Amino acid sequence: MVEVTLWGSLSTVAGGKAKHEIEAKDIRELFRKLAEQYPGIEPWIDRGIAVAIDGTIYRDTWSKELPPGAEIFLLPRLAGG
Amino acid sequence: MNFDPRFSGRKFSSVGTRPIRPDGVDKVTGRARYGADFNMAGQLVGRVLRSPHAHAVIKSVDTSKAEKLAGVKAVITAKDLPDLTDGDTAMYDILDNSMARKKALYDGHAVAAVAAIDARTARQALKLIEVDYEVLPHVTDVDEAAQHHAPLIDDTIYTEGLEEKPAKPSNVTKRTQFGHGDVHSGFAKADFIVERSFKTEQTHQGYIEPHACVASVNADGTADLWVCTQGHFVYRQHCAQLLGMEASKLRVTSSEIGGGFGGKTHVWAEPVALALSRKAGRPVKLVMTRDEVFRASGPTSATSIDVKIGARKDGTITAAEATLRYSCGPYAGSWAEIGAMTAFACYKLENVKTVGYEVLVNRPKTAAYRAPSAPMAAFAVESVVDELAKELGMDAVDFRIRNAAQEGTRSSYGPVYGPIGIGPTLEAVKNHPHMKAPLKANQGRGMACGFWFNFGGQTCTDLNIGMDGSVSLAVGTVDVGGSRASLSLVAAEELGIDYSQVKAIVADTSSLGYNDMTDGSRGTFSSSMATISAARNAILILRERAAQTWDIPVDDVVWEKGHAIAKGEKYGNLSPLSLKDIAAASGKTGGPIAGHSELVADGAGVSFATHICDVAVDPETGSTRVIRYTVVQDAGKAVHPTYVEGQYQGGAAQGIGWALNEEYIYGKDGRLQNAGFLDYRIPVCSDLPMIDTQILEIPNPNHPYGVRGVGETSIVPPLAAIANAVSNAVGVRMTHIPMSPPRILAALEAEREG
Repeated sequence: MVEVTLWGSLSTVAGGKAKHEIEAKDIRELFRKLAEQYPGIEPWIDRGIAVAIDGTIYRDTWSKELPPGAEIFLLPRLAGG
Repeated sequence: MNFDPRFSGRKFSSVGTRPIRPDGVDKVTGRARYGADFNMAGQLVGRVLRSPHAHAVIKSVDTSKAEKLAGVKAVITAKDLPDLTDGDTAMYDILDNSMARKKALYDGHAVAAVAAIDARTARQALKLIEVDYEVLPHVTDVDEAAQHHAPLIDDTIYTEGLEEKPAKPSNVTKRTQFGHGDVHSGFAKADFIVERSFKTEQTHQGYIEPHACVASVNADGTADLWVCTQGHFVYRQHCAQLLGMEASKLRVTSSEIGGGFGGKTHVWAEPVALALSRKAGRPVKLVMTRDEVFRASGPTSATSIDVKIGARKDGTITAAEATLRYSCGPYAGSWAEIGAMTAFACYKLENVKTVGYEVLVNRPKTAAYRAPSAPMAAFAVESVVDELAKELGMDAVDFRIRNAAQEGTRSSYGPVYGPIGIGPTLEAVKNHPHMKAPLKANQGRGMACGFWFNFGGQTCTDLNIGMDGSVSLAVGTVDVGGSRASLSLVAAEELGIDYSQVKAIVADTSSLGYNDMTDGSRGTFSSSMATISAARNAILILRERAAQTWDIPVDDVVWEKGHAIAKGEKYGNLSPLSLKDIAAASGKTGGPIAGHSELVADGAGVSFATHICDVAVDPETGSTRVIRYTVVQDAGKAVHPTYVEGQYQGGAAQGIGWALNEEYIYGKDGRLQNAGFLDYRIPVCSDLPMIDTQILEIPNPNHPYGVRGVGETSIVPPLAAIANAVSNAVGVRMTHIPMSPPRILAALEAEREG
């Protein structure tokens, strides 16, 4: 079980809650379970969500494991120049 | 992928040296081929007809007269680029931006295009196209566009991110919020509070090379595109999707690039050139004029930002809050969101809240510009931080040091930081001689901090060892700042050979696996990781070939300083085999030797910079001159320090232009008034002092060499540093960027009048 924190706007499509307890071993499973619980989150995942694990931001490595006790923070996927 | 990206703390032989770049001779002799330098036999000239209206319904487009003109081979409108986006709104926006479908949404929006045998015929043909417009009310100002009574640009858009779905459509496409703690209780604990509103005007990246491409669609449905871009694989994906092609049938080759800075991450002319070529059956060359680049490519947002920060007498910030409104052009974007994330990222804050609003306006579609959205937010925040330090009677640097984020700090955008460099950049600035140098009358000094995320992405690299022992490195990230030199250094480092033995190229889309574009300061970060991985794969093969030659187990062969060495006393008589030796024998030991790598380079470390700036302001004319400038920035590890310094200096130079002169000026008719470098003034060499740099190296734990991105952060602090310097010089807080002479004079006059 990991505790996941959603950024402000994303929490509006996840029952208005910023913090969620999810049983997930990696980013892929985390996204799948969030989408099952809150279908409104799916378009956001399609558009791109980055995952910060203990402060390190992952954008595409969906196989990245979520270590127990790690701080998991969802963020918008960013543009760069 | 089986690659360990963790920082190893190794010692370097090649990395950190400063050899001459492999593309240097061609560039200084004029042989390098940029977008407009490519030509094909039988190629036609493409030209685009653009809307003169900021907002208008396109009732009809009659191309019949143009089609009959001798020498015209194709005329296209939106009908020739049918909507194949299948509900993908982001792609639909790209399509509509490339060629307007129902409405022209800004001055310069493409409405038709022609391909003709020469430029004169093409221009004549454009004049023969008859467009029937119904002109609509327009809005170009970000604050006016956010008002309820503003002309609606897209009546299908309802503000996203609100707790309740709004009843009416709006130009505000999205609200986003970040932060933690309780700012109300935080402000209640403050002894001093500073609150101000700021504006920044829209600017362009100002790359010297205009957008240019040659498209050639063949009768069998395959096609080639030669183009100036930051990401030829992304251009292939987008163009193929918009034209209904299989990506593999479109081969895209990137040219040398005369600047991009985020502005060459989007397609505009390329789908049009391909559609023209498809219709004409001949290659089509399409080169934007400078006027078109300004009117119809992607500038940065104009912004309007409110900031409030409170602090206790001891200098501890108790609460910080910002509301940020960013223009997106006529299509939805996420620019304010990034501003809201970066605004307070430099600081350790118990109570922080940022709210961003994305606002549609009748201006060109906003594109990324080097750390997009961060410079404007930093300008507003760092101005208030400076003012608050003065209120507290504290030194501006000491106040920032006291409140700087550090490892373990919860960032204002959410996660807790790992090892970061804001503290060291501030300490370096505090101790820099620049901070102690005396100033004369009418001169002022300012400093400011900046933050940028950096990111990595999908990356693919091939490393081929020739039979003569020379090494070809094929990468898929476009070289925008000297990355071929940096990546050659990395390959040389891993293989243990000399830099001169490595030749790096940027491969086309049919020669290498997919690569994300060069953005997010990812070029050297990502491709160096892939190059290290590819080199290590090649070394494995080199060891196997040596083992085969010696007829010993491969586990007994190690790779050191460019040689295979049989380890252990039992192999004492075996002389080491050099890479050249093994390569020369490769035909008889199993064939060519190569290393390949495909990976997702995630874990790019965040980056911080602190800048110092001295200005001289003429109080009679309001003219400002930057007389001294220093950049201090964390690079993680500078692979090629000269090009890292170049990135620092380039970002500062662009920031100076943005701070003092550059702005899009629209008339009441919604038309851009200054679409050229005479009236849109970017700094030239004679405007700038030598920009001093100091590279700090706080290793990124998620890269084998500790590399962080360096390309973008350097443009984040300049607006604020220069605004603080000018404010200190004239004694009036400057709140509107650019601080052009009329604006400085107006601020001085307002101050005099009280």
